Amino acid sequence: MATLTAPANIVFTRPEGLTEFPTHYCPGCTHGIAHRLIAEVLEEMNVLDRAIGVAPVGCAVFAYNYFDCDFVEAAHGRAPAMATGIKRVLPDRVVFTYQGDGDLASIGMAEIVHAAARGENITVIFINNANYGMTGGQMAPTTLPGMKTTSSPSGRDVETQGYPIRMAEMLATLEGAGYVVRRSLHDPKNIRLARKAIRLAFETQVRGLGFSMVELLSTCPTNWGLSPVEALRFVEERMVPYFPLGDYRVSPAVAQIRV
Amino acid sequence: MARELWKGNEAIAEAAIRAGLQAYFGYPITPQTEVLEWMARRMPELGRVFVQAESEVAAINMVYGAACTGARVMTTSSSPGISLMMEGLSYIAGTEVPVVLVNVMRGGPGLGNIAPSQGDYQQAVRGGGHGDYPRIVLAPSSVQEAIDLVTLSFDLAEKYRTIVMIIADGSIGQMMEPAEMPPMQPLYHRQWDWAVTGKMGRERRVLSSIYLDPYQEEQTNLRLFRRWQEIQANEVRSRAYYLEDAEFVVIGFGTAGRVALSAVRAARQEGLKVGLLRPISLSPFPHQVVAELAQRVSGFLVVEMNTGQMLEDVELANAGRVPLRFYGRPGGVVPFPDEILHEIHALVEAPPTPGEDARLAWLERMTRLGGDGWQR
Amino acid sequence: MQREIVIAGFGGQGVLFAGQVLAYAAMDAGKEVTWIPSYGPEMRGGTANCTVIIADEEIGSPLVKHPPLAIVLNLPSFDRYEPLIQRGGALIVNQSMVDRGPKRTDITEVFIPCNEIAEAIGDRRLLNMVAVGALLPFLPELTLQDVEKALEAHLPARHRELLPLNFQALRRGYEVAEGQRSRV
Ligand SMILES: Cc1ncc(C[n+]2csc(CCOP(=O)(O)OP(=O)(O)O)c2C)c(N)n1
Ligand code: SF4
Repeated sequence: MATLTAPANIVFTRPEGLTEFPTHYCPGCTHGIAHRLIAEVLEEMNVLDRAIGVAPVGCAVFAYNYFDCDFVEAAHGRAPAMATGIKRVLPDRVVFTYQGDGDLASIGMAEIVHAAARGENITVIFINNANYGMTGGQMAPTTLPGMKTTSSPSGRDVETQGYPIRMAEMLATLEGAGYVVRRSLHDPKNIRLARKAIRLAFETQVRGLGFSMVELLSTCPTNWGLSPVEALRFVEERMVPYFPLGDYRVSPAVAQIRV
Repeated sequence: MARELWKGNEAIAEAAIRAGLQAYFGYPITPQTEVLEWMARRMPELGRVFVQAESEVAAINMVYGAACTGARVMTTSSSPGISLMMEGLSYIAGTEVPVVLVNVMRGGPGLGNIAPSQGDYQQAVRGGGHGDYPRIVLAPSSVQEAIDLVTLSFDLAEKYRTIVMIIADGSIGQMMEPAEMPPMQPLYHRQWDWAVTGKMGRERRVLSSIYLDPYQEEQTNLRLFRRWQEIQANEVRSRAYYLEDAEFVVIGFGTAGRVALSAVRAARQEGLKVGLLRPISLSPFPHQVVAELAQRVSGFLVVEMNTGQMLEDVELANAGRVPLRFYGRPGGVVPFPDEILHEIHALVEAPPTPGEDARLAWLERMTRLGGDGWQR
Repeated sequence: MQREIVIAGFGGQGVLFAGQVLAYAAMDAGKEVTWIPSYGPEMRGGTANCTVIIADEEIGSPLVKHPPLAIVLNLPSFDRYEPLIQRGGALIVNQSMVDRGPKRTDITEVFIPCNEIAEAIGDRRLLNMVAVGALLPFLPELTLQDVEKALEAHLPARHRELLPLNFQALRRGYEVAEGQRSRV
């Protein structure tokens, strides 16, 4: 054992930005990967001390247990409003929200749209897993057409239950937004790209270049009824075609950023 | 109809469907989500309206709209979601349209937890929404009673053009009990002389809660409260257990009431003359029943899963006549019968002096128990 | 008469359904019954438990602090419920998932390898029915026939072909427990 943990042999450790709190996420859920990426970026930018997170209501409701920085817990969907309050009072802090698709795109639609429209200098990490994880797999605004959930038991019928909302595309139409992109967490290559985007989003904020959001396509093996590996494949094969990865708004000033 | 084993939340949903529910609008929230999920399957299957709203704010306003057409409509939620509906409820009250909603309460305030709680008593009974409006509030303590009260709610809501709110708690929503479902009522769109349906040959109608002229608004407030007098006269409901010869009476509603029943039975076995009053209509509250008991019994014990909200109604009715003790487990804790039995003993052995602040005395006892109360 | 039973184990061990089978049997036998699960924010394979109360009058509290009867299907549940059983009560322990013996002498503890018995019968998922069978010698309110009838009437249609195996599991559990009881 001793040789295993000899410094020379350590190739992978917990980033400083994460606490040692045992995770409550299901096995194979990519929420954990998203947490890690954010923690790595905050550490790398050396802003953990002045970072303030806003936790959502959703599976990430306990996000505050995992990040080694200050945190508040918002009401369902209101994280961008709460972040606005914090950022306006403490403009030199690094303020971010971490929200699911029910939280951000359903109940919190007004708050996210207006935070972006105001060009609020906050960073939003948006976890799109096509359903409501925490409450047991109900339909979300991002649920794919025909996809079965506990509140669309015969599959999402677009005639009565509407079409999925593509948040990144929608928010990209707002001039207050500096950086709005979509990435995915379904394989190592995409995870690396996601990490870069998260870095850029936080850079946007610290430079005062407006609202930034990274939408991350994420898995929910538990409620999808798939194994972790099948769930990753589902993201790649079913979600990516519907929610294309890409940069939807990169303001000219943000485009200048080199990291 | 034979008894079947029903889960509380599903029973609430099916009972509403059997009562001729035309449209359901809701949003997921634990411990109520099974209502929404049941509706998601059953309503489309029956060709009726089901919409998962984007939020509780939207859900209650969808209900508002549908209610304006005279349809039988309902929404359900749990505490945080009900808070979001308060604005809509105020508009519904001001517009005088019938609406049924169910709150499967959980521990609060704020996000709190999802355990059974009775923390929303005052919000339900006293208001929540702005303005001066009464509403009917009913509290079941079993799955069968939940079914019966849902069935009743639609009739009451329409009869008095009022809001009927059922407050259950997470344990009633999640438990299964044998119960009898009423038969399916025929589905039809009731023709009201106030509903907005398109004028089609009649005088046009407008439904609104705006009365810019304060005198007109005053008349509206008075109209609501005249109707409320009628409700108070006719719609008080409670259930009595072992009250005939009772010297001491425990008062509790919903789950706290049924836990108290176990304690009262244990006390009876010890030979103590203890009874139970379980208010079913919390608004209108059975003030009269309590006042009459206060003429003949030697003490009350009020038991709630909150910090003493119904206690205030009991105090109002008791008017300091008999000694009153309070026992509450707030925050999502459900008391066990032995705790209540202990309280019964304390009441019988050393009744508090009438007029003593029951809540303060309880708070001191809880503090003495180390904040942990009886048990975790 | 009122009898309380707690059933506890991991999610996925059929804890909730085992309780429901007892509830159905009690209802069909004309009794009052409540079944209440623990429900938590964890949608994810954590621990699960339910309380079943059988009585012949209106049931008050749906929960009990000290049940006379319990089934524990894993070690954490064994640790949690063993101290809580009423004196003179009985505890059915899934021996396949625990690595220690009894700590109490004032209750009857039946150790029964539910997983192995279920596997021998042909389906691991039957472990909950083995445990229910083992409970029945201690539950005079319900007979083996009551429970079998309940299974027949209420087993979800998609599991119907498993009915004979369910009966086997129940009976096997019953026999093992009955054998251990007569030895006590
Ligand atoms: C006002 C209000 N309504 C509903 C809820 C219940 N609720 C908790 S989490 C959640 C959905 C979360 O889904 P999502 O945002 O997609 O996140 P995920 O769990 O999938 O990560 C809901 C509806 C609540 N807590 N508050
Ligand atoms: S329920 Fe879904 S989103 Fe939530 S932790 Fe589990 S897998 Fe992840």
